Amino acid sequence: MGLLTNLRDSVSRVTDRLFTDSEPKRIGIYGPPNAGKTTLANRIARDWTGDAVGPESHIPHETRRARRKEGVEIERNGRKVTIDIVDTPGVTTKVDYKEFLDHEMEKDDAVRRSREATEGVAEAMHWLREDVDGVIYVLDSTTDPFTQVNTMLIGIIESQDLPVLILANKTDLPESNVQRVANAFPQHETIPLSALEGENMDEVYDKIAEYFG
Amino acid sequence: MPEVTSDESADEPDGGVQIDLISGARMEGLTSMEKIRLILDGVRDGNIVILEEGLSPDEESKLIEVTMTEISPDDFSGIEIETYPQSQATDQSLLDRLMGRESAKKLTVIGPANQLETLHKDETLISALVSRK
Ligand SMILES: Nc1nc2c(ncn2[C@@H]2O[C@H](COP(=O)(O)OP(=O)(O)OP(=O)(O)O)[C@@H](O)[C@H]2O)c(=O)[nH]1
Ligand SMILES: [Mg+2]
Repeated sequence: MGLLTNLRDSVSRVTDRLFTDSEPKRIGIYGPPNAGKTTLANRIARDWTGDAVGPESHIPHETRRARRKEGVEIERNGRKVTIDIVDTPGVTTKVDYKEFLDHEMEKDDAVRRSREATEGVAEAMHWLREDVDGVIYVLDSTTDPFTQVNTMLIGIIESQDLPVLILANKTDLPESNVQRVANAFPQHETIPLSALEGENMDEVYDKIAEYFG
Repeated sequence: MPEVTSDESADEPDGGVQIDLISGARMEGLTSMEKIRLILDGVRDGNIVILEEGLSPDEESKLIEVTMTEISPDDFSGIEIETYPQSQATDQSLLDRLMGRESAKKLTVIGPANQLETLHKDETLISALVSRK
């Protein structure tokens, strides 16, 4: 009996490792510009690997190339879940370089930023159709969730049958309204958090393990 | 099949705004890329395109992707697109999926981002402001 259990345990440990090592799930962090996707990606990466993913900024379209952090091992209740996290550029249907001029940018820089942003969004949309196993959808809970981009993206994610977690970010701000986010997407679970302050990350990791493990 | 073009109106001196209402029947025979071309060609001419039956999620995703590749400074800054937001009551995606139906058909308005501005939107009403170029 003891031998058999041991054997079974070691076999399942090996297969577990085989499975997780050979193909960690690729989890795309999607959402509109400025929602806090990179702040979240950096927090996850720092908590579990020690280093960051990329720069955060209050200027929209800071992330203009998807950035991947591979093999992030998240431990929950004695179980390890290994995922690749992909921080993507904020999705939009329009980019006008003139908006960056308000952020004290020269025209050349603004034009370059907008060109990079459009390339990045195109790439992120392509990946969403081809290359992602699950989605963390980040929303700024101080803003209206009923936007066309959110409606379309959630529809696209649902049509691919991808598991999706909706995160209502920036709960540290007084204008945060988590219920409004939950009401906008009642078919999905909404988890409140502050990626900046690190509030409620335990629940976020529990859910990541549950959804993508 | 005649092409949808804006050649006549685009050159009018007092330049009104052309609206193309495209029926579901007209879209039915087209491939995804043909639909996206039809929409973007219209929008890039400054037209407002209204689709009787909208696009599938996959086509919406490709529309965003192609739009991004066509944005260029001082020429085209992208699209504004509007459909009715789904409410809990009208969300039939699960039923649709069970019944093997494609996504629910939904009226969709698409225009140039610098000419079409949504004023109000709820599950039953889209109110938008259209300006000339
Ligand atoms: N108060 C508060 N601010 C946050 C939080 N998370 C992110 N931010 C701020 O929001 C701004 C945007 O954060 P990013 O992480 O760069 O957002 P993003 O979604 O990656 O943006 P893009 O890459 O431009 O699409 C930055 O100024 C962040 O410091 C949060 O939980 N609370
Ligand atoms: Mg970012």
